[in-house]
Amino acid sequence: MWQRLMRIDRRWIFLAIGLVVASPFIFGWSLPLGRPSPPTKALFDFIEKLPPRSAVMIAFDYGPASMPELQPMAVALARHVLSRNLRLIGISLYPQGTSLCQQAFMKAASEYGAKEGVDWVNLGYRPGYQSVVLGMGTDLTKVYRADHKGTPISELPVMNGIRNYDDIALVIDLASGATPGMWIAYAGARFHQTLAAGITAVMATDYYPYLQSGQLIGLINGLKGAAEYEVLINKRDLAALGMTSQSIAHLTIILFVILGNIGYFATRSQQRPMGGGQRAR
Amino acid sequence: MPAEAASAAHSLPPLVDLIGIWLAAFLTLAIYSFLYGDNPVYKFAEHIFVGVSAGYFVVIAYHEAIINDLIKPLFRPQEVGLERPAYSLIIAGVLGLMILARFIPRYDWLSRWPLAFLFGLGAGVSIPANIHGIVIPQLRETIRPLLVPGDWWTAFSNVLLAGGLICTLFYFFFSVEHKGALRYVARTGMFFLMVGFGAGFGNTVMARLSLLIGRIEFLRYEWWPTVVELFHRLVG
Repeated sequence: MWQRLMRIDRRWIFLAIGLVVASPFIFGWSLPLGRPSPPTKALFDFIEKLPPRSAVMIAFDYGPASMPELQPMAVALARHVLSRNLRLIGISLYPQGTSLCQQAFMKAASEYGAKEGVDWVNLGYRPGYQSVVLGMGTDLTKVYRADHKGTPISELPVMNGIRNYDDIALVIDLASGATPGMWIAYAGARFHQTLAAGITAVMATDYYPYLQSGQLIGLINGLKGAAEYEVLINKRDLAALGMTSQSIAHLTIILFVILGNIGYFATRSQQRPMGGGQRAR
Repeated sequence: MPAEAASAAHSLPPLVDLIGIWLAAFLTLAIYSFLYGDNPVYKFAEHIFVGVSAGYFVVIAYHEAIINDLIKPLFRPQEVGLERPAYSLIIAGVLGLMILARFIPRYDWLSRWPLAFLFGLGAGVSIPANIHGIVIPQLRETIRPLLVPGDWWTAFSNVLLAGGLICTLFYFFFSVEHKGALRYVARTGMFFLMVGFGAGFGNTVMARLSLLIGRIEFLRYEWWPTVVELFHRLVG
């Protein structure tokens, strides 16, 4: 039986994972979410303590390929910021980030009656990575002269009094690449800007050291972190919904790993030649 | 979202959105068809993805970089809030054009100058920033007291951090043969590395599943309601 199991076509595994992930959406299953992790809670608490009309900047440094993990974070953060009567500024160092920012902000703004240009703004994409991050430390209005629709910064009430990082309480980098490191090196170290990050789970282990060193005040890790943030703001959405699938799929994978290992050791002992085998030769 | 999906089941989105949703659903299923085996539908979707991504990037970069950062400041300065043309951008424009000389074999040496400028600028900006902002703060964070009276958990964590750092660094120190007691130090370093790789792999599994979950959420809450609604309308 084990030998047959070890020769199983991998497509059966794909099918099993697909069914397991889809099942909660088909049958409406729901598992409870655990307590939010300290890095997510730290970011939530920081935003909670900001005085009204403080400016929070979210950098959309990802494309559609990372949407399932990062877009729920963006929506949850935008909801939190706007519900607290803070000013919300979106920028992007990735070309595709502009439209993702607009989607997230519009969704959150429609729920809280927040007005574009007054409570929130999408400044759009600027090419140049480091030059954009460094430039905003000196004079943001020279890097972004207008929002993504072409409205001059001077005509946007939301940007009143915002000249550089001194006027921005927090920058959150939602990233699928190496941009958090760049924000830390340029905006954090050079301009002492308070930073947090929302990252894909693949990157998580790379960025926990920055949390420990205090260079990031909070960190949202993948879909799990997004679900935690949705729970914290008491607005469960796609991330919380997806976590049931995530949990069941993880259990299934653990089961497969255990079965695979049992099968490996069982078939290895059956295949071992009598009398020492190759070593005796 | 499920509530939105339920209401969406009784009405179809505008035609343009409907076409977009069906196209996205088709491309999603086409990409996942690779799990069964390589096939022309998958290739078609893959080529569309690569082409659209490249096209989108070129258009955005042209509009945001060339038009907004070069053409407008030079020829239409008032549109970007400048009083007079920014003539210094001519140097940047010429350097940019010189990169295109790579396509002309006779003059391809011209492209080395702007590349040298870019490398020099990049290194000059990033090396001090990374040492000051990444390397030194991270090094400083590893120097912690190993004895913390009254807080044994913190002391244990600090010892683990210091031990892990020293052993892992020693694993990559090849000037001394790893034998005797040093072998155990290197092996401990390898153990810490394995724990790190395990954590990284676990997070990778979670990330990949999240992508699948995202697509299934799209199919279930955006595409499937339109399928049901269209079926009802067709059947009556």
